[in-house]
Amino acid sequence: MSVSTERHVTWKRPQVAPSLFTRLFDSKPFLIVACLLPAVGLLLVFLTYPLGLGIWLAFTDTHIGRGGYFVGFENFESLWYDQVFWGAVFYTVFYTAVATVLKFGLGLWLALLLNENLPFKSLLRAIILLPWIVPTVLSAIAFWWMYDAQFSIISYVLVDVLGWRDTYIDFLGTPWHARWSLVAANVWRGIPFVAISLLAGLQTIPPSLYEAALLDGASSWQRFTRITAPLLMPILAVVLTFSVLFTFTDFQLVYAITRGGPINSTHLMATLAFQRGIPGGQLGEGAAIAVSMIPFLILATVFSYVALARRKWQQGGDDE
Amino acid sequence: MSEAAIERPRKVKADLPEQLSWQSSRRRLVTVYLPVLCFVFVLLFPFYWMTVTTFKPNAELYNYAENNPFWVRSPTLANINKLLFETSYPSWLFNTMLVAVCATVLSLVASVLAAYAIQRLRFRGSTYVGLAIYIAYLVPPSILFIPLATMVFQLGLFDSPMALILTYPTFLIPFCTWLLIGYFKSIPYELEECALMDGATRLQILWRITLPLAVPGLISAGIFSFTLSWNEFIYALAFISSSENKTVPVAILTELVQGDVYQWGALMAGSLLGSLPVAIFYSFFVDYYVSSLTGAVKE
Repeated sequence: MSVSTERHVTWKRPQVAPSLFTRLFDSKPFLIVACLLPAVGLLLVFLTYPLGLGIWLAFTDTHIGRGGYFVGFENFESLWYDQVFWGAVFYTVFYTAVATVLKFGLGLWLALLLNENLPFKSLLRAIILLPWIVPTVLSAIAFWWMYDAQFSIISYVLVDVLGWRDTYIDFLGTPWHARWSLVAANVWRGIPFVAISLLAGLQTIPPSLYEAALLDGASSWQRFTRITAPLLMPILAVVLTFSVLFTFTDFQLVYAITRGGPINSTHLMATLAFQRGIPGGQLGEGAAIAVSMIPFLILATVFSYVALARRKWQQGGDDE
Repeated sequence: MSEAAIERPRKVKADLPEQLSWQSSRRRLVTVYLPVLCFVFVLLFPFYWMTVTTFKPNAELYNYAENNPFWVRSPTLANINKLLFETSYPSWLFNTMLVAVCATVLSLVASVLAAYAIQRLRFRGSTYVGLAIYIAYLVPPSILFIPLATMVFQLGLFDSPMALILTYPTFLIPFCTWLLIGYFKSIPYELEECALMDGATRLQILWRITLPLAVPGLISAGIFSFTLSWNEFIYALAFISSSENKTVPVAILTELVQGDVYQWGALMAGSLLGSLPVAIFYSFFVDYYVSSLTGAVKE
């Protein structure tokens, strides 16, 4: 096919007499390189190189303003005995696990609800995505205000309107309250993404399957577990990977609302890395904390790749 | 055969009431509309609260006993006025816009070319390049900002918008490329082959045939990149230090929060005004946004 095309083009060319420039841009190898260069170049310089540099920095004692020397595993050793670091690891895992379970539970429910024939469907979808669109930091500030110790609207409703409690809740003052408050804010922000992605997955399931199941007398629970769940699984796996990845490496929400406090109880690994690295100036130690996240990310990536391959296989290679 | 014949009538009887009751409006109200309303309420409440707080005078803001906190009795523009004329909010807005637009354009150009090369020029190993770019999307900014900060410093870009314009594409390009590969895939090869037969060069094909057909994909990728750049926080926080160069999210958090007394009115006004441009922009292109979010390329 391509051979005949080439011949045709060369046969036509003498009439046009193309310049050297045109001919250069018509040669396939040159074109491939020229097309890939901007994207691959940018990614190599600002993504791959810093990734390697970060790993190198983790093994040095670099501070802001002076270069560092190779110190081996010293940074990791000091982190090993660092209670604050282990606290951050614990909270990162806790935050990711709890927020992901809640996000997917509620998100799946919302997706199933939206999949019913609702009026104003597109308006509803637009409204639901709003928390995802608005800059996280700005909505986090709104949550901060809602979690205020004295003027929290949530406490106001619970105490003065409903009378369920006697005292205002100190949302951000005690470690566990602060931890749960942050998880709630993260879930609020994450539900739209999960719901809309899963809704797209739900809409690819052919209605004829449900009709067939109805005729066979399947209950709505059976229809969900036998049809919806298995067919949704591939897209669910991909969304799950992204959600876990971005929750695990979250920074903005925690930095905006608590900055790791009270008494370091809500530090995520990312916020701790930032605090030690940029304002604290210990770039080496900050990089070591950031690098400690990598094994987890690799796990998530492999998982995503397997899920993606399975999805391609299921849909005959015609996805994304 | 006979078994099925016996079973069928029973099943129809058992099914019919269930179907009818499921469709009945009261049950639908409880199982569908009520939960949806709850979700919408919870998802929208913070924005409502933000808006209400913005227009409240301080006397109402800190006195719930005499004022209903859910409503504004005497709305005031004092907070917005303060934000616009007593802080450098306009210049923060300008910086954010500049960075978001430049980073989006840069990423789009790079992604279109890369996606075209991977999907349409089809060379050996193109799938691996595609996969590598996909994996690049999984590298989060939180592990890159420390080494990038040292790089930005060495390149002399510290505290300039250029630092952000160059680093934002690291998370924009992988996404856009991935999305555009999907769009290019849906364009029939025959169109390009016809153009080749007619003597078009490959660049002409990209410019005259593939790109016009992929316009919805370009819009989706553009919208998504723009909102992502607008939302970006950690790079802007780490690479920018002087007040007038900050972007809106960073500036509102670091410039408006000072001391122990928070100016909640001004903070909420800042959040509202920072969210509005991107929300308005988004409202024009919701469908494109949704299609890019879900990666669904059904036209």
